[in-house]
Amino acid sequence: MLDIQKIREDFPILHRKIHGKPFDKTQGKRLVYLDNAATSQKPRQVIEAITNYYQNHNANVHRGIHALGDEATNLYQESRAVVAKFIGAADPNELIFVRNTTEAINLVAYSWGMKYIGRDDVILTTEMEHHSNIVPWQELAGRVGARVEYVRVDEESGELDLEDLERKLELKPKLVAVVQVSNFLGSINEIARISQMVADKTAARVLVDGAQAVPHMPVDVGGLGCDFYAFSGHKMFGPMGIGGLWVRREILEEMPAFMTGGGTISQVSQKRTVFADLPDRFDAGTPNVAGAVGLKAAVEYLTQLGMRNIFEHEQQLVGQAIERLSELSFVKIYGPEDVKDRGGLVAFEVKGVHAHDVAQVLDSEAIAVRSGHHCVMPMHTKLGLAATTRASFAAYNSQDEVDRLVEGLKKVKQVFRI
Amino acid sequence: MDDLYREQIIDHYKNPRNFGPPPLKLRKGERVVAVKEANASCGDLFEISLRLQKPKAKNQKPKAIAAVRFRGVGCAISTAAFSLLTEKIKQLKAVNKIEKLNQKDMLEMLAINLSPTRIKCATLPLRALKKALRLGDSG
Repeated sequence: MLDIQKIREDFPILHRKIHGKPFDKTQGKRLVYLDNAATSQKPRQVIEAITNYYQNHNANVHRGIHALGDEATNLYQESRAVVAKFIGAADPNELIFVRNTTEAINLVAYSWGMKYIGRDDVILTTEMEHHSNIVPWQELAGRVGARVEYVRVDEESGELDLEDLERKLELKPKLVAVVQVSNFLGSINEIARISQMVADKTAARVLVDGAQAVPHMPVDVGGLGCDFYAFSGHKMFGPMGIGGLWVRREILEEMPAFMTGGGTISQVSQKRTVFADLPDRFDAGTPNVAGAVGLKAAVEYLTQLGMRNIFEHEQQLVGQAIERLSELSFVKIYGPEDVKDRGGLVAFEVKGVHAHDVAQVLDSEAIAVRSGHHCVMPMHTKLGLAATTRASFAAYNSQDEVDRLVEGLKKVKQVFRI
Repeated sequence: MDDLYREQIIDHYKNPRNFGPPPLKLRKGERVVAVKEANASCGDLFEISLRLQKPKAKNQKPKAIAAVRFRGVGCAISTAAFSLLTEKIKQLKAVNKIEKLNQKDMLEMLAINLSPTRIKCATLPLRALKKALRLGDSG
């Protein structure tokens, strides 16, 4: 069980007040931060690790002989090892540091996709995907003459139609790209099962968008049976500007460099360049060492809390939220009804009030939620929605914050006289 | 914040003025121009329609707007802004005054403080109006 009060003490920003007097953050209402799917807040342990790196250990990595260069290199390599282990990677050299999930997926599209996807090939993704797991494939398909197909999502349950997946595997796709936890519907896709279905019928590679999974549940890429796994540091208590792409070793070894230049090479002349081995081939230019250090601290913080504990805590919160929101006749919830089928987020609409207006009123009560299409326009269009409002939980959210959300929605009802 | 959803905004949101299909009862020499405008990422989608004189010659653009309507779906700010704008158009009538309306005027009409994100909602009607006026000017 998590000690929420103790956890909250680790997060400086949670003690902010909102809408008080200008420049006085001690006045106003206590922040209720329910926008974790967009980005998570950072514990002081992560902030201090980054500050400490810049105060005491900063230097460029790999190429130096001097002491600081050594220290920075060791810290960077340690970070890679710790983060790789956290997601169950067998070998740290299978983990590429990237800026975020979007960059990770683009890397696969350019580096692997351009080599292995060709004219008339099929890339299979789903109707519930985030734009970052749709657009790079559309672009790739456009470049090489392939096409993108979408596995159906059931409108009622918000779940992936596995029978439709089975049918679409008949198209013999070269790649199946699927999200593990939907940032809109909250549905959790059974990746291990999907990977097995894909392997049984095709030779396709499986790419997983793990942006909303890694921060909130235990992840083991080996057990998932996938080939590529992408995630973002800033959603898991880490800093912005760092994320990870895990690639199965045999595949990564055959992938050409994505961005090229310094760091990716072993030899350069004017005539030709010989590229470096793993992982350097995928580390172009000066890396975000501070970011990697911060991400390592975030992983250590998460490990100390326990991913299973975090998952269960968020399940409780989202369960309470769904229960209480269901009692409000003017609110409609999207995604799986059953808590055990969903991650710790819930998107909803208030009937007769635009999502932006809902978020605005909630903001007046210092409640931070997100409203819009959440970078999932196709699924919104399929459901006939322009925009929804989303509350997403993390380890530091508490039950009374769910209460405040509900009270905030009652205020929406009152303000808009619905 | 409570200021943001003042009585006026809620009133114009729930009872938008001049809301409806294009005004099709035309007098001699008149026509209707209609333009759609959206904030795609919010899902605000509106249409403005103006009834005005057809331009008689290249430099004889319509002098007045005879009637204005709007319809569509959007947030409280964009709907209220649209409603208030159409009232202003009816009040001013003359095209040379109406075409001078700008963002500052919109915000004054709404009489609220808007964050940069919401300003797009407030100016959507203005963008629609400008496009409609350009259409009205063309032959």
